[in-house]
Amino acid sequence: MDDVALRTVEMIAKAKNIPTDTITPESTFEQLGIDSLDKINISFEVEEAFNIEIPDEALGSLKTVGDVINGVKQLIDAKAAGTTPAATS
Amino acid sequence: MNRVVITGLGCVTPIGSTVSSFRESLFAGKTGITPIVNVADAPDGNPGVRYKQAAQIFDFDASQHLDSGIVTSTNRNTQLAIVAARQAVEQAELMKHHAPGDIAIIMGCACGGRSSEESEVKKLYLNNARAHPLTIVRTMASAGASNISIDLKITGPTLDISTACASSTHAIGLAFHMVRSGMATAALCGGHDAPLSFGFYRAWDSMRVVSPTQCKPYAADRDGMSLGEGAAMLVIETLESAQARNATIFGELVGFGMSADANHITQPQADGAAAAMRKALADGNIAIDEVGYINAHGTGTQANDATESAAIHQVFGERASQIPLSSTKSLHGHSIGASGALEALATILALQEGRLPHTAGVTNPDPALKVDLIINEPRPTGPTVALSNSLAFGGLNAVIAIKSWP
Repeated sequence: MDDVALRTVEMIAKAKNIPTDTITPESTFEQLGIDSLDKINISFEVEEAFNIEIPDEALGSLKTVGDVINGVKQLIDAKAAGTTPAATS
Repeated sequence: MNRVVITGLGCVTPIGSTVSSFRESLFAGKTGITPIVNVADAPDGNPGVRYKQAAQIFDFDASQHLDSGIVTSTNRNTQLAIVAARQAVEQAELMKHHAPGDIAIIMGCACGGRSSEESEVKKLYLNNARAHPLTIVRTMASAGASNISIDLKITGPTLDISTACASSTHAIGLAFHMVRSGMATAALCGGHDAPLSFGFYRAWDSMRVVSPTQCKPYAADRDGMSLGEGAAMLVIETLESAQARNATIFGELVGFGMSADANHITQPQADGAAAAMRKALADGNIAIDEVGYINAHGTGTQANDATESAAIHQVFGERASQIPLSSTKSLHGHSIGASGALEALATILALQEGRLPHTAGVTNPDPALKVDLIINEPRPTGPTVALSNSLAFGGLNAVIAIKSWP
């Protein structure tokens, strides 16, 4: 995993108090016991860490850890390019 | 047990700072949800949040109603409470007919003196400034009940209840039970909250449950709640005392039910809401067929409206889709600890007028919720019994049943 993926996984692990090695990009929120409140909490941590803003409509479509990682990367790239992605996965 | 009737009403809300103006807006479908302006301590008065509107009160100037000493020692939530309480007490002529020690004051307030606290904290952290000596009395959550008792010289049981968005419905329900049991001969009950501060706006923004535009309860395209502020008060007393002095009666409180989901701090559960409704019906000995209106908690979030409608179906079965329902939060917003009191007031006025307020701003009710949502205009029908639901964050539920009078 690259830096963005590793940091994202670490934030999820910390938020849910579970070991990082139990989390893969394929892990679903359901498998990790992440409910809607956890999702908002993790999104907030991710936004703070990467200085991005996850739109509400994108938040609703996140189902897996990989979705979060890909979405974060898109938002980081879009910010660097000065554009707004249509959707983040 | 005593029968308990409503003999006084008062309010200061985003849709009216008197009961008559509230009534007018309620049936005209005139919403108080407007662009956010002048947020204290926010840069240029703009809280910098995703949403643009809230239900704010613009025509309230505390100095027009209260002595300067009281204005200085109170937060806005308490100021609204005192003024609304005076209206209700004056209308009922409460102090003429009940001994001060026999009157209870039971208030609901979830947010306390939040804006005062934020202002002091800002000065503290930015400038290491001294705290204003009245910070504590401005911000304590029970300041509303205390100040009402001081203002009106009421000496009976006096307290504020804090159960988030159900606070004032719990307050009205418990006051009802106190008068019914004889613990008090009358009560001033309701709620007050004025939480529209910079930090409060930001905190709700992070929760991502506020509508970017305006709340559309029970609509297919609902996208969140609209924050608000306000106070609403009821004077209640025994039927015996009201009749003995030939008081005007606005309705009868007949049932109260409460429950806890015991499940999740933000996700509501239908079983808990259903239990509170069932208990309110049982408490008032009310048959399912008698209920002709539900003033829903109806925040306009996906989770609340789906859960509340599921609970209504659990309780009322086949009748669920035939009971007229509206959420007046589309008009007065969600004033958190005060919302139950504003909705109780709306419900009392609906029963009194024989027409039911509509859910403003909704053109496409969500068919999946299978309820008879009142939209477009008030419905001219006069039910005998109505429920007013309050389902709070943290899974704390309170429901009151109100009967029309006579």
